[in-house]
Amino acid sequence: MESTLDIFVKAIFSENMIFAYFLGMCSYLAVSKTVKTGVGLGAAVIFVLGITVPINYLLENYVLKEGALEWLNEAYGKGGENTIDLSFLSFIMFIAVIASMVQLVEMLVEKFAPALYGALGIFLPLIAVNCSILGGALFMQDRQYSTILDATAFGIGSGIGWFLAIVAIAAIREKIRYSNVPPALRGLGITFIITGLMGIAFMSFMGIKYGGDKKEKAEVVKTSQVINDQIQE
Amino acid sequence: MSDNAENVKAPKESLFSKKNKKLITEPLGDNNPITIQVLGICSALAITVQVEQAFWMSVSVIFVMIFGNLIISLLRNLIPSRVRIIVQLVVVASLVIIVNELLQAFVPDVSEKLSVFVGLIITNCIIMGRFEAFAMSNKPFPSILDAIGNALGYAWILIVVALAREVFGSGKIWGFEIFGSNIPDEETGQMTGLYELGYMNNNMMILPPMALIVVGIIIWVQRSKNKELVEEH
Repeated sequence: MESTLDIFVKAIFSENMIFAYFLGMCSYLAVSKTVKTGVGLGAAVIFVLGITVPINYLLENYVLKEGALEWLNEAYGKGGENTIDLSFLSFIMFIAVIASMVQLVEMLVEKFAPALYGALGIFLPLIAVNCSILGGALFMQDRQYSTILDATAFGIGSGIGWFLAIVAIAAIREKIRYSNVPPALRGLGITFIITGLMGIAFMSFMGIKYGGDKKEKAEVVKTSQVINDQIQE
Repeated sequence: MSDNAENVKAPKESLFSKKNKKLITEPLGDNNPITIQVLGICSALAITVQVEQAFWMSVSVIFVMIFGNLIISLLRNLIPSRVRIIVQLVVVASLVIIVNELLQAFVPDVSEKLSVFVGLIITNCIIMGRFEAFAMSNKPFPSILDAIGNALGYAWILIVVALAREVFGSGKIWGFEIFGSNIPDEETGQMTGLYELGYMNNNMMILPPMALIVVGIIIWVQRSKNKELVEEH
């Protein structure tokens, strides 16, 4: 089992939303012209991922999953007489939750934190259709996190990873304006290639060794020995 | 995009007039959704490791776009503009659920490989972008043509990228080994085809960042051919 901290660090670096899965690329490319807007959108993504992933986690585990409705009636549970599996509805439920949460968050922030609204305001509506938010929910569903804490750590971690990525590319794009890029590559082309190179750099984080329980570690050691033997042969 | 809309409003045109043809041909080249409009990259790049996945992804997107554009175009006068994003999301999400169920039923192993990326068609910016820019203000028939054009424009980039990555990364096309086998034969210990001569696969092509670089190169080629597309910065 992975610890919560592992999930958090993994979500930021080795499973970075942008560099490993390309989620949220549309807004990443469109809003990364200056660092200031990049920071705004990045913060909004952290915020919304941190809220929607736990909510979707609850939805997944108490409504959608096979047998998740056990709390209503035992017959609906796994192995009951009338097992209910609503997982085919998950896309539409997740996107509805995300769209309404974004709306709600926008209203709450506007009412209670006008300064934050000034900073995030224009970015919040953009986020409903940002792939990284739905992607966060779908990965959460795919990976079956065991507690809501893990799911929240994953949500916030992915958000921070996205934030890092957009701020970094925005800073590079601000500087690259003074460089002599081949005309046909200017703008979009060079941004793609730089993102690719940054992705390669981020792949080095895959080497981070995440602590698991002892059994897993022993297996890792074993497999690395096997690999060493093969190399020597 | 805006002049497309004007073109189509012209009264009484034949079924396949020049303007309608343009709706299909433009997105394939100079107005390509991926390389020029920069839409729909989120879900596009992660699934281009193999041609097979890219093909099924393209088929799904073509299906969702055609029916989505048709439905939105039929409903365009009924949708209040304040809630249009939610309506659009619900339409796409329902279509994607259908696609997902069909994929699971008929090509289960592909569906497993695509995992969350089928769900991410919902937030694919091309689809929302075309709803917003075209289907909301045009009649059903041109909307269908527009959907076909844009979806095909998306599909060919996807398949070219997948082809490049599969050929150079794993020496296969659609899982078929074109350069011979690089796994030594059990009896003779010999590799076959090009591998026998010392050719090696470029494993880097399989890594996610290379998708970005390949798209970057496509953009480079396209913009060097057509100087009008070059951006200032």
